[in-house]
Amino acid sequence: MSMGSDMYRQQILDHYKNPRNYGELDDPTFSHVGENPLCGDAIRVDVQLADDGETIEYVSFEGDGCAISQASASMFSGELQGKTLAELDEMDRDDVIDLLGVDISPVRVKCAVLAEIVAQDGAAIYRGEKEDVERSTTEE
Amino acid sequence: MSKHIEPFDVEGVRADFPILSREVGGDISTPGAGPDDSTPLVYLDNGATSQTPERVIDAMSTYYREYNSNVHRGVHHLSQEASIAYETAHDRLAEFIGASGGREEIVFTKNTTESMNTIAYSWGLAELGPGDEIVLSEMEHHAALVTWQQIAKKTGADVKFVRIDDDGRLDMDHARELIGENTEMVSVVHVSNVLGTVNPVADLADLAHANDAYIFADGAQAAPNRPVDVEELGVDFYAFSGHKMCGPTGIGVLYGKEHLLEAIDPFLYGGMMIRKVSFEDSTWNELPWKFEAGTPLIAEGIGLAEAADYIDEIGMERIQRHELELADYAMEQLEGFDDVEVYGPPRGEDRSGVVSFNLDGVHAHDLASIMNDYAVAIRAGDHCTQPLHETLGTAASARASFYLYNTREEVDTLLEAIDSARQLFA
Repeated sequence: MSMGSDMYRQQILDHYKNPRNYGELDDPTFSHVGENPLCGDAIRVDVQLADDGETIEYVSFEGDGCAISQASASMFSGELQGKTLAELDEMDRDDVIDLLGVDISPVRVKCAVLAEIVAQDGAAIYRGEKEDVERSTTEE
Repeated sequence: MSKHIEPFDVEGVRADFPILSREVGGDISTPGAGPDDSTPLVYLDNGATSQTPERVIDAMSTYYREYNSNVHRGVHHLSQEASIAYETAHDRLAEFIGASGGREEIVFTKNTTESMNTIAYSWGLAELGPGDEIVLSEMEHHAALVTWQQIAKKTGADVKFVRIDDDGRLDMDHARELIGENTEMVSVVHVSNVLGTVNPVADLADLAHANDAYIFADGAQAAPNRPVDVEELGVDFYAFSGHKMCGPTGIGVLYGKEHLLEAIDPFLYGGMMIRKVSFEDSTWNELPWKFEAGTPLIAEGIGLAEAADYIDEIGMERIQRHELELADYAMEQLEGFDDVEVYGPPRGEDRSGVVSFNLDGVHAHDLASIMNDYAVAIRAGDHCTQPLHETLGTAASARASFYLYNTREEVDTLLEAIDSARQLFA
């Protein structure tokens, strides 16, 4: 079984080449940046909450890095719209890997979960549950 | 490279390395060959670690099977056998790099990084202070860069970096500008692990010494693939790792001129490194043992000496030539593509067998993952040189690095895999 080619199915390549929700939000409720030192991937996630202060209305991201990290950010940002912060908080790496729909080789999991970590850390900092850090990293 | 050097029998050499006949691609959770492995390994990650010939494995296995024992102290038979083998290994490594002082100038460490830290902590912490300068190059591995940077922070010394030009060569005019009366240490990589650049270490040694500074050359990427003579280079300190030169992991070498090592206090304290201990004070053992605290790397030292024998029997100049020919062939092919950028000095210059590159539109880690489908092992990332990659303007690069057992056919497989990645991402 070859992990590599499985990892680069059409869906991943499509999201990598044509990322969805790419760019900056005009007036985000919070935004956070993070990096994955393994590949040098870096992304910023902007989140705009609805008036209830809990429901995620819009998400956008900007970043640079490997296909896995960027495709994952593209898909994950779409998945988040309409979810609550509590639901975001409950997500884990398996949710991201399910979303990608491919086997991710163990060393590349950090690429896949970058967007999720950045969004979760951003939300936790926004709610004062986590100490404000300039940037998150997948190494923690 | 104009003189004629007889090539060696690469297929014969390959037969010396059991791992090279392995197939890969199956379940990775159980290490070692498995029933689902189906693709022949193409190992092009020698800059990270080289493979180990059977006779080196045998030398270590014989130690464990027949004379495993602690060294230096025991009067019993096994300990004497082990002590002689371990101590003689130091002499063998001294000979390997032209250190005429013999074992007194050869300290066994864990790796190049530990060799660097040994001098940085012992000499650096004691001797450096505000106003002193340590001169490095922009192409330093983190082993030197981070070590001296942190020692500078502790001591108040400054670190300066010699620039590199667009082809990854050291800017010697800038070196002459930076190395001056405040310079205490010049620490420079002999061969770059990313660019393949061979630095003019002897010239830098002259510059350092003219300014009463010491010079430490990081030979991790040089000692495995070219004849190294520390006295011709004129270096005060030199370091390299066993596992990049057909030896085992877990052992590195620190060379230091005898009178310098004599004058420097040890960095690690404990058993073996002492002569006399009282509750109040201790005195140090003779060289090199005063720098080898605790039970040392006995099997690894014996294995490394065997690796030196193996390499010298094939011939270092022949290995150097073979590696350069493969790198040249790979670069020639890669330069034919508009969408590939190759880093480092151009073909035809003295360089090592590392070829770092990027394929447009494909991140180096994606490229390495696709290569893995072809069982091609390359390295992708910053190769422990983040500041250098910043200078190159990229976060990561892919690196193929060749050694004595690699073939042109393996380079062709590499190129085929690159083409496959190009099509996948098109």
